[in-house]
Amino acid sequence: MRSVESFPISARVLHWLMAAMILAMLFIGVFMAATVGPAYHTLVDLHRPLGIAILLLALVRLANRFLFRAPQLPDTLPPVLRLAARASHVVLYVLMIAQPLVGWGMLSAGAYPVTMWGGASLPPILPHDTELFATLRHLHSWLAFSLLAVVLAHLGAALLHGLVLRDDVFPSMTVRRGGKK
Amino acid sequence: MLALIRKNLTEKGGALRLAAVVAAPAAVAAAFVATAGWLSPDRLTPATFMRDFHAVDGAHPGFRRNHAKGVCVSGWFDGSGAATPLSRAALFGKERSQVVGRFALAGGAPNQPDAPGKVRSLALRFMPTNGAEWRMGINDIPVFLVRNAADFSDFTLATAPVPGTGQPDPARIGAFLDKHPETKNALGLLKARALTSGFANDTYNSLDAFLFVNAEGVATPVRWAMVPEQAVEPPAAGEGGQDYLFDDLLKALAQGQLRWRLMVTVGEPGDPTADPTAAWPEQRRKIDAGTLTLTKAESEDGGPCTGITFDPLILPEGVAPSDDPIPAARSAVYSRSFALRSGETKPPSEITPAAVRSGGQ
Repeated sequence: MRSVESFPISARVLHWLMAAMILAMLFIGVFMAATVGPAYHTLVDLHRPLGIAILLLALVRLANRFLFRAPQLPDTLPPVLRLAARASHVVLYVLMIAQPLVGWGMLSAGAYPVTMWGGASLPPILPHDTELFATLRHLHSWLAFSLLAVVLAHLGAALLHGLVLRDDVFPSMTVRRGGKK
Repeated sequence: MLALIRKNLTEKGGALRLAAVVAAPAAVAAAFVATAGWLSPDRLTPATFMRDFHAVDGAHPGFRRNHAKGVCVSGWFDGSGAATPLSRAALFGKERSQVVGRFALAGGAPNQPDAPGKVRSLALRFMPTNGAEWRMGINDIPVFLVRNAADFSDFTLATAPVPGTGQPDPARIGAFLDKHPETKNALGLLKARALTSGFANDTYNSLDAFLFVNAEGVATPVRWAMVPEQAVEPPAAGEGGQDYLFDDLLKALAQGQLRWRLMVTVGEPGDPTADPTAAWPEQRRKIDAGTLTLTKAESEDGGPCTGITFDPLILPEGVAPSDDPIPAARSAVYSRSFALRSGETKPPSEITPAAVRSGGQ
């Protein structure tokens, strides 16, 4: 089996674009839930379409993921860490898709209009049900905290590879310096 | 791998590199915690207002945290077309939108007795066939009592009952009013308002300023009022009783429709939009934007107004927020109240399905 050294450019662009969007969304979300200031409305109006954009990009990314072979993790990594790496990537994909769906479903269950930009809105994906709304509202917070935790673990692991282990893992998602080894 | 880490750490700058591995995620986590307000207990958040309402009226799980005593109504709105030059919202055209609403008394106590001078409110959800929703909560007072969310919180807490007397502390209210002449003035206007006999012949004001945006993108500051077609009468002498305002409303709706005109006041340059305690000059142009017809009352228990929030920033294209800070605060606070009460078990509302069935008898 031929091994590859880097993720394809499509995967790298999607990764860094979504990294910025997801981090922005986590901060927008936690701030808007804890403010009564004038920014509240602006942030809510930004949060909804940005969430839907993340959902769409995550689906594109998931499809793209099946089109290429990902670089192998180095042999120096113990099996338990290889498993942790694989599991954390699955969890990231699940959360990137689940979190926007829970947000959309939460607004649907609370009979809120799911307004996008320019007056367009999305249809509800769940029936109007206030108990369900309350449950999904809680879930939306907890999924956000979980997503942040996994993102931070991912960031720490990436930096460990890039700065301390200095193996092929970090450059596989960035730009290689000085061409191929 | 550990051996590799150990080896790399002994190189020049190795410890610094390992520190960066830990510091970067830790910095993001710290920024998140700060953004969430978990390090600043004094930050004004929706939770602050939940505590404020609790301090004044106690815990009433399942109910709206403010305007807790209410009844659902439904009907429709017929746009007149007269507001179309100012706003491109579909519902202002000559078309009919279905409406769900709620009459309520201000305050967090869901079983408070009715009284002539208590602040009455009307919340509305317009659902046009082709176009976005509009929701609002409007009140029968001439101006709002405070300029911003922080003042609302302070004023609410100043009116909280004091342990011992069970009454608000006049000194605390006095101290707030000394610092806030605009609230003192607003309270004067509130006390001087002409009371009507009930919900049906009352006028409900937006208080807050919004922008109407027309097809050309021109924005105009507006405020509005629902003005009753029912004959305005003063409170009847000797009227009273625990639920008399609601019973009268149920009686009136059992007998026939109730109608209001949506009168839009067009602001002019210099009219204060950011200060809901300041009235606009009386001679401002007014537009009759359409007629609200209410035909049916239902108890909150099973009624269509319970499972929604009348968030004043759920606006259609053609209506936008102004620089008035109150609607954003209300939107954030309503959202918290809605999420909390939706997860709680609600005892029966004061206005029961049986009371509605009997037509307020």
